[in-house]
Amino acid sequence: MTAVATPPSAGTPAPSPLSAGPSTRRRRMGSIGFRTFTYLALLLIIIPAAWILLGVLLKAVGHWRWDVLWTKLTPAGGGLRDQILGTLIIMVGVLIIAGSIGVLAGIHLSEMAPIRKNGKRSGGFLRTSSDVLAGFPSIVLGYVGYTAFVVGLHWGYSLLAALIILSIMVIPYIAKTTENSLRQVPTGYREGAEALGMTMGYSLRKVVLKSAAPGIVTGLLLAMAIACGETAPLIYTAGFGNTLSHSLTHADFPYLTYVVFTFYDQPNVQLHYLAYDAALILVVIILLLLVLSRILVARTQRHAEGARTKSRSPRSPRSPRRPKGGDGDPASEGVDVSGIAART
Amino acid sequence: MASVEGTAGAPAPAVPSGQPVRPDPIFRRVGTWFRNNEEHGWRWGARIAIYLPLAALIFAVAILAHKAWPAVRVNGWYFLDGKNWTYGQSYGAVVHTDGVAHAQGSQFGAWPIIAGTIQSSVIALIIAVPLSIGAAFALTERLPGWITRPLGFAIEILAGVPSVVIGLWGLLTFGPWLAQHIYPALADIAGWFPNVEPFSFFRGPTGAGEGLLTAGIVLGMMIIPIIASTTRDLFLSVPPLPKEGGQALGMTNWEVANRITLPWVRSGIIGATVLGLGRALGETIAVALVGGASLHLAPNVYQPFGTIAATILTQLQGALTDGTGFAVATLAELALVLAVISVAVNLLARWIVARTSRVGAPVGGA
Repeated sequence: MTAVATPPSAGTPAPSPLSAGPSTRRRRMGSIGFRTFTYLALLLIIIPAAWILLGVLLKAVGHWRWDVLWTKLTPAGGGLRDQILGTLIIMVGVLIIAGSIGVLAGIHLSEMAPIRKNGKRSGGFLRTSSDVLAGFPSIVLGYVGYTAFVVGLHWGYSLLAALIILSIMVIPYIAKTTENSLRQVPTGYREGAEALGMTMGYSLRKVVLKSAAPGIVTGLLLAMAIACGETAPLIYTAGFGNTLSHSLTHADFPYLTYVVFTFYDQPNVQLHYLAYDAALILVVIILLLLVLSRILVARTQRHAEGARTKSRSPRSPRSPRRPKGGDGDPASEGVDVSGIAART
Repeated sequence: MASVEGTAGAPAPAVPSGQPVRPDPIFRRVGTWFRNNEEHGWRWGARIAIYLPLAALIFAVAILAHKAWPAVRVNGWYFLDGKNWTYGQSYGAVVHTDGVAHAQGSQFGAWPIIAGTIQSSVIALIIAVPLSIGAAFALTERLPGWITRPLGFAIEILAGVPSVVIGLWGLLTFGPWLAQHIYPALADIAGWFPNVEPFSFFRGPTGAGEGLLTAGIVLGMMIIPIIASTTRDLFLSVPPLPKEGGQALGMTNWEVANRITLPWVRSGIIGATVLGLGRALGETIAVALVGGASLHLAPNVYQPFGTIAATILTQLQGALTDGTGFAVATLAELALVLAVISVAVNLLARWIVARTSRVGAPVGGA
């Protein structure tokens, strides 16, 4: 590494190398300034995060009524029962549709894509298309859903259109996390399964998927968090209903984020309160999902570590980590938040 | 681990001679058949599933292009550089241009919106990139684990907070606070500088907190988790030996960071930055809430503006009043422009990251 060269005071024969010359002082100031900057940056990130969470919490707690959870919305106020149920139904629907497709796509990327010369699975332009779809603006997808399903197929604002669009949105994300957690399965497991004479499909189901399950479930949980917090594409596809409908098409569907988006400037103060209540409920749902995924990640790491021959200690921040290979796959440690961040 | 009874396939192996070979019971044969052919199920399922993202992409672009085509033909280049966005007289005469019907006097120049998208994303990057890198250093090099782990989790939570909640907070709490406490001071400071391009944007009335700068800051907060978490992972991937060598040579923390750690992962950080840029370009709800939903260029950074994504969201109701459907087609053209920009940005990020993993291979090796 060339950058390592030249410790600054090396060349010149300084009278006393330990004396505090101007250059040393400047270097020390630089170091202190840098250290201050890093702490400051961390603070500037943490403070707004805490501010958002506390702000939502305080504004909602002041007038919190528990019956918000089980009464229906009325023009004068009421509760958010149908909106909460609607959000949960959307989450479960996305889990079923995007979960099955995304996990299968991840299996393809990790287990079945042709192997390149350097020993990695390529996936080629299919992987690229999945990544591009992951970065596709959700409002554009929502507009496509509006044009194709709501208007084109005459479904009207409907649950089905919303589910399809949200699923398309999170499939790449689930595929990525599935692929990454399948890659973490030790080669010994696969070889052992093969040595026992298992067929590929059987070992995939019984050995590989089983030991990758915590990671895959983490991805699914985070995908549900995305689906839960999404607004823009839902406005275009699900519309907004005040009551839960019993049909997949031709009925506006209720969900929480719309309440946050529109009720805050209604003339009725009760509706303002509902907007904050909805925001609090959303944050609580997402916190639960994140904590759950955190627990699962901790279990995955224990699992992977116990199984590996080379022991490493992911706890210590200085521990040497496996150099990143392939297309910079993140994962491996902590929850990969890049997908869930700032979606909309 | 699966047990040995999973040994499927191999037709009845060596049976001690003399005993008659009894056929397996039917359920076991079904099970065997299933195990032998399960692979095909997985393979076909996976093959179909992996083509779906591609199909969805093609479907989306095709729908948009089909819908936007009349608007593309009529608006022409004016769409990209024109500054006037009016729906015309919705009850007036219908004009035909190139055989496409649109309302009289309608004019769709999207330049202010496209410029607003770029401006807010650039502000977001200017805020997010240094903060993310600094915080990633603090999280990986400086602080003990019992602090960094909760803080890392806090950043994950920031990533998980729905954008509509952040938007609401930005509109009702953060924006007014900025307009009251920060912006006047900022405008004063800008007054010390000569009244030329970059500084003059910061002068003038500071508004109520709904505007370009607020939206840029909020966007920055929303992309910080992406950049910070990726950068943290990158820093952790730098082997400790070169860093320790640098320290042994007497380099300060800053010198180690600047000359060893950052060069090691530079292109990875660029890739993460471009990824964050993609998110900032496509963010809708938060910008629609705090940006003020204007269709004109912001005269200074405190004034309302519009982005492509926010305009698509907020203008649909207005566009639907156009009986000729031309306004909706124009929105489709807007969506198409956004899609093209974000796909280009994404491919750029991928290309940079792919280059990283080749060039950035550890040199000294741990």
